[in-house]
Amino acid sequence: MSINAYLAVGLGSAMGSALRYSVSLASMAMLGSHFPWGTLLVNVLGSCLIGWLAATASRAPHGKLARQQPLLVAGFCGGFTTFSLFSLETLHLAQPGSMGLALLYGIGSLPLCVFAAWMGEHLAFFNQPAA
Amino acid sequence: MGHGITSVLLVALGGALGGIGRFAISNAMAHALGKAFPWGTLCVNASGALLAGWLLGVYGVANTQSLWLFAVAGLLGGYTTVSSFSLQTLELWQSGQTNRAALHMVAQLLLGIAMAALGWWLAQG
Repeated sequence: MSINAYLAVGLGSAMGSALRYSVSLASMAMLGSHFPWGTLLVNVLGSCLIGWLAATASRAPHGKLARQQPLLVAGFCGGFTTFSLFSLETLHLAQPGSMGLALLYGIGSLPLCVFAAWMGEHLAFFNQPAA
Repeated sequence: MGHGITSVLLVALGGALGGIGRFAISNAMAHALGKAFPWGTLCVNASGALLAGWLLGVYGVANTQSLWLFAVAGLLGGYTTVSSFSLQTLELWQSGQTNRAALHMVAQLLLGIAMAALGWWLAQG
Protein backbone atom coordinates (compact mmCIF):
# COMPACT_ATOMS: atom_id res chain seq x y z
CA MET A 1 0.00 0.00 0.00
CA SER A 2 1.35 3.38 -0.97
CA ILE A 3 1.65 6.26 1.43
CA ASN A 4 -0.90 8.11 -0.73
CA ALA A 5 -3.55 5.48 0.00
CA TYR A 6 -2.96 5.93 3.74
CA LEU A 7 -3.19 9.72 3.45
CA ALA A 8 -6.41 9.40 1.44
CA VAL A 9 -7.89 7.07 4.07
CA GLY A 10 -6.90 9.53 6.82
CA LEU A 11 -8.47 12.47 4.98
CA GLY A 12 -11.68 10.55 4.19
CA SER A 13 -11.95 9.22 7.73
CA ALA A 14 -11.45 12.73 9.19
CA MET A 15 -14.30 14.09 7.05
CA GLY A 16 -16.53 11.09 7.78
CA SER A 17 -15.89 11.32 11.53
CA ALA A 18 -16.58 15.08 11.64
CA LEU A 19 -19.81 14.55 9.71
CA ARG A 20 -20.81 11.66 12.02
CA TYR A 21 -20.25 13.89 15.03
CA SER A 22 -22.40 16.64 13.47
CA VAL A 23 -25.20 14.18 12.67
CA SER A 24 -25.10 12.87 16.23
CA LEU A 25 -25.29 16.41 17.69
CA ALA A 26 -28.17 17.32 15.37
CA SER A 27 -30.09 14.13 16.17
CA MET A 28 -29.65 14.69 19.93
CA ALA A 29 -30.95 18.24 19.54
CA MET A 30 -33.95 17.13 17.49
CA LEU A 31 -34.82 13.70 18.88
CA GLY A 32 -33.30 13.70 22.36
CA SER A 33 -30.65 11.36 23.75
CA HIS A 34 -32.91 8.55 24.99
CA PHE A 35 -32.26 6.43 21.90
CA PRO A 36 -29.06 6.61 19.77
CA TRP A 37 -30.77 7.74 16.55
CA GLY A 38 -27.61 9.50 15.33
CA THR A 39 -25.43 6.37 15.36
CA LEU A 40 -28.18 4.27 13.79
CA LEU A 41 -28.60 6.87 11.05
CA VAL A 42 -24.88 7.16 10.19
CA ASN A 43 -24.44 3.38 10.20
CA VAL A 44 -27.42 2.81 7.90
CA LEU A 45 -26.49 5.69 5.54
CA GLY A 46 -22.80 4.71 5.48
CA SER A 47 -23.72 1.09 4.69
CA CYS A 48 -26.04 2.20 1.89
CA LEU A 49 -23.27 4.41 0.47
CA ILE A 50 -20.61 1.68 0.62
CA GLY A 51 -22.97 -0.71 -1.22
CA TRP A 52 -23.60 1.90 -3.89
CA LEU A 53 -19.87 2.72 -4.22
CA ALA A 54 -18.84 -0.95 -4.46
CA ALA A 55 -21.45 -1.72 -7.11
CA THR A 56 -20.68 1.42 -9.12
CA ALA A 57 -16.91 0.85 -8.95
CA SER A 58 -17.24 -2.81 -9.98
CA ARG A 59 -19.01 -1.68 -13.16
CA ALA A 60 -16.20 0.69 -14.12
CA PRO A 61 -13.01 -0.72 -12.53
CA HIS A 62 -10.85 2.01 -14.06
CA GLY A 63 -13.26 4.89 -13.55
CA LYS A 64 -12.88 7.88 -11.27
CA LEU A 65 -14.85 6.27 -8.43
CA ALA A 66 -12.81 3.07 -8.49
CA ARG A 67 -9.57 5.07 -8.23
CA GLN A 68 -10.88 7.00 -5.22
CA GLN A 69 -11.70 3.82 -3.23
CA PRO A 70 -9.27 4.53 -0.33
CA LEU A 71 -10.66 8.05 0.14
CA LEU A 72 -14.34 7.13 -0.24
CA VAL A 73 -14.67 3.56 1.03
CA ALA A 74 -12.01 2.81 3.68
CA GLY A 75 -11.79 6.54 4.47
CA PHE A 76 -15.14 8.29 4.38
CA CYS A 77 -17.55 5.35 4.87
CA GLY A 78 -15.27 3.78 7.48
CA GLY A 79 -14.95 6.99 9.48
CA PHE A 80 -18.61 7.96 9.07
CA THR A 81 -19.88 4.66 10.48
CA THR A 82 -18.87 3.43 13.91
CA PHE A 83 -18.98 0.12 15.72
CA SER A 84 -17.44 1.16 19.05
CA LEU A 85 -20.17 3.73 19.78
CA PHE A 86 -22.81 1.18 18.76
CA SER A 87 -21.38 -1.28 21.33
CA LEU A 88 -21.22 1.38 24.06
CA GLU A 89 -24.77 2.55 23.40
CA THR A 90 -26.12 -1.00 23.50
CA LEU A 91 -24.41 -1.51 26.88
CA HIS A 92 -25.68 1.84 28.08
CA LEU A 93 -29.27 0.95 27.11
CA ALA A 94 -29.00 -2.49 28.74
CA GLN A 95 -30.31 -1.58 32.15
CA PRO A 96 -33.66 -2.03 33.89
CA GLY A 97 -36.27 0.06 32.13
CA SER A 98 -34.73 0.04 28.67
CA MET A 99 -33.75 -3.61 28.23
CA GLY A 100 -36.25 -4.00 25.36
CA LEU A 101 -34.71 -1.05 23.53
CA ALA A 102 -31.21 -2.47 24.11
CA LEU A 103 -32.23 -5.78 22.55
CA LEU A 104 -33.98 -4.06 19.65
CA TYR A 105 -31.00 -1.75 18.99
CA GLY A 106 -28.36 -4.45 19.53
CA ILE A 107 -29.97 -7.19 17.45
CA GLY A 108 -31.70 -4.96 14.89
CA SER A 109 -28.88 -2.58 13.90
CA LEU A 110 -26.47 -4.92 12.11
CA PRO A 111 -29.05 -6.74 9.91
CA LEU A 112 -30.54 -3.33 9.07
CA CYS A 113 -27.09 -2.12 7.95
CA VAL A 114 -26.52 -5.20 5.77
CA PHE A 115 -29.94 -4.56 4.23
CA ALA A 116 -28.95 -0.92 3.63
CA ALA A 117 -25.78 -2.06 1.80
CA TRP A 118 -27.96 -4.30 -0.38
CA MET A 119 -30.27 -1.35 -1.08
CA GLY A 120 -27.27 0.79 -2.03
CA GLU A 121 -26.09 -1.88 -4.45
CA HIS A 122 -29.51 -2.00 -6.08
CA LEU A 123 -29.71 1.79 -6.33
CA ALA A 124 -26.46 1.67 -8.32
CA PHE A 125 -27.98 -0.85 -10.72
CA PHE A 126 -31.13 1.27 -11.14
CA ASN A 127 -29.14 4.37 -11.98
CA GLN A 128 -27.02 2.84 -14.69
CA PRO A 129 -28.44 0.95 -17.65
CA ALA A 130 -26.92 -2.53 -17.98
CA ALA A 131 -23.78 -2.34 -20.11
CA MET B 1 -20.69 22.25 25.10
CA GLY B 2 -17.17 23.29 24.18
CA HIS B 3 -16.20 25.49 21.26
CA GLY B 4 -17.99 24.09 18.22
CA ILE B 5 -15.11 24.28 15.73
CA THR B 6 -12.55 22.94 18.22
CA SER B 7 -14.80 19.97 18.99
CA VAL B 8 -15.26 19.10 15.31
CA LEU B 9 -11.49 19.45 14.70
CA LEU B 10 -10.70 17.15 17.64
CA VAL B 11 -13.12 14.54 16.27
CA ALA B 12 -11.68 14.92 12.74
CA LEU B 13 -8.07 14.54 13.95
CA GLY B 14 -8.95 11.45 15.98
CA GLY B 15 -10.97 10.11 13.04
CA ALA B 16 -8.02 10.52 10.65
CA LEU B 17 -5.64 8.61 12.94
CA GLY B 18 -8.27 5.94 13.70
CA GLY B 19 -9.04 5.42 10.01
CA ILE B 20 -5.35 5.02 9.13
CA GLY B 21 -4.96 2.51 11.97
CA ARG B 22 -7.97 0.52 10.75
CA PHE B 23 -6.64 0.52 7.16
CA ALA B 24 -3.19 -0.67 8.32
CA ILE B 25 -4.59 -3.47 10.51
CA SER B 26 -7.14 -4.61 7.88
CA ASN B 27 -4.40 -4.79 5.23
CA ALA B 28 -2.04 -6.66 7.56
CA MET B 29 -4.75 -9.16 8.58
CA ALA B 30 -5.84 -9.72 4.96
CA HIS B 31 -2.18 -10.31 4.08
CA ALA B 32 -1.63 -12.74 6.98
CA LEU B 33 -4.92 -14.67 7.00
CA GLY B 34 -6.28 -14.24 3.49
CA LYS B 35 -9.50 -12.63 2.35
CA ALA B 36 -11.89 -15.59 2.72
CA PHE B 37 -13.25 -14.21 5.98
CA PRO B 38 -13.14 -10.52 7.05
CA TRP B 39 -10.83 -11.05 10.05
CA GLY B 40 -9.50 -7.50 9.85
CA THR B 41 -12.89 -5.85 10.41
CA LEU B 42 -13.69 -8.28 13.24
CA CYS B 43 -10.33 -7.60 14.92
CA VAL B 44 -10.61 -3.81 14.53
CA ASN B 45 -14.18 -3.68 15.84
CA ALA B 46 -13.52 -6.01 18.79
CA SER B 47 -10.39 -4.13 19.91
CA GLY B 48 -12.12 -0.75 19.37
CA ALA B 49 -15.10 -1.85 21.49
CA LEU B 50 -12.74 -3.04 24.26
CA LEU B 51 -10.95 0.32 24.37
CA ALA B 52 -14.22 2.28 24.20
CA GLY B 53 -15.66 0.24 27.10
CA TRP B 54 -12.47 0.82 29.10
CA LEU B 55 -12.58 4.59 28.48
CA LEU B 56 -16.26 4.63 29.48
CA GLY B 57 -15.36 2.85 32.70
CA VAL B 58 -12.50 5.24 33.48
CA TYR B 59 -14.08 8.56 32.48
CA GLY B 60 -17.84 7.92 32.47
CA VAL B 61 -20.09 9.47 29.84
CA ALA B 62 -18.43 12.80 29.19
CA ASN B 63 -19.62 13.77 25.74
CA THR B 64 -18.11 17.24 25.75
CA GLN B 65 -14.67 16.60 27.27
CA SER B 66 -11.81 17.14 24.82
CA LEU B 67 -10.35 13.72 25.58
CA TRP B 68 -13.69 12.00 24.97
CA LEU B 69 -14.19 13.88 21.69
CA PHE B 70 -10.70 13.02 20.44
CA ALA B 71 -10.42 9.45 21.74
CA VAL B 72 -13.96 8.04 21.54
CA ALA B 73 -15.96 10.10 19.02
CA GLY B 74 -12.85 10.60 16.85
CA LEU B 75 -10.15 7.94 17.22
CA LEU B 76 -12.25 4.87 18.15
CA GLY B 77 -15.25 6.05 16.11
CA GLY B 78 -13.05 6.29 13.01
CA TYR B 79 -11.07 3.15 13.88
CA THR B 80 -14.14 0.90 14.05
CA THR B 81 -16.52 0.55 11.13
CA VAL B 82 -19.97 -0.73 10.29
CA SER B 83 -19.90 0.02 6.55
CA SER B 84 -17.13 -2.51 5.80
CA PHE B 85 -18.90 -5.03 8.01
CA SER B 86 -22.15 -4.53 6.02
CA LEU B 87 -20.45 -4.81 2.64
CA GLN B 88 -18.40 -7.88 3.62
CA THR B 89 -21.44 -9.64 5.10
CA LEU B 90 -23.41 -8.87 1.94
CA GLU B 91 -20.56 -10.18 -0.26
CA LEU B 92 -20.33 -13.43 1.75
CA TRP B 93 -24.08 -13.88 1.47
CA GLN B 94 -24.19 -13.12 -2.26
CA SER B 95 -21.34 -15.52 -3.01
CA GLY B 96 -23.44 -18.31 -1.51
CA GLN B 97 -21.61 -18.43 1.83
CA THR B 98 -24.76 -17.90 3.89
CA ASN B 99 -23.32 -19.63 6.97
CA ARG B 100 -20.22 -17.45 6.99
CA ALA B 101 -22.33 -14.32 6.52
CA ALA B 102 -24.51 -15.28 9.51
CA LEU B 103 -21.44 -16.25 11.55
CA HIS B 104 -19.81 -12.90 10.75
CA MET B 105 -22.90 -10.99 11.89
CA VAL B 106 -23.33 -12.96 15.13
CA ALA B 107 -19.58 -12.84 15.90
CA GLN B 108 -19.43 -9.06 15.42
CA LEU B 109 -22.44 -8.47 17.63
CA LEU B 110 -21.51 -10.81 20.49
CA LEU B 111 -17.79 -10.01 20.42
CA GLY B 112 -18.45 -6.25 20.24
CA ILE B 113 -20.81 -6.16 23.23
CA ALA B 114 -18.67 -8.63 25.22
CA MET B 115 -15.48 -6.64 24.57
CA ALA B 116 -17.12 -3.32 25.50
CA ALA B 117 -18.42 -4.90 28.73
CA LEU B 118 -15.00 -6.44 29.44
CA GLY B 119 -13.29 -3.08 28.92
CA TRP B 120 -15.74 -1.37 31.26
CA TRP B 121 -15.26 -4.15 33.85
CA LEU B 122 -11.45 -3.93 33.64
CA ALA B 123 -11.66 -0.21 34.37
CA GLN B 124 -13.59 -0.90 37.58
CA GLY B 125 -10.88 -3.21 38.99
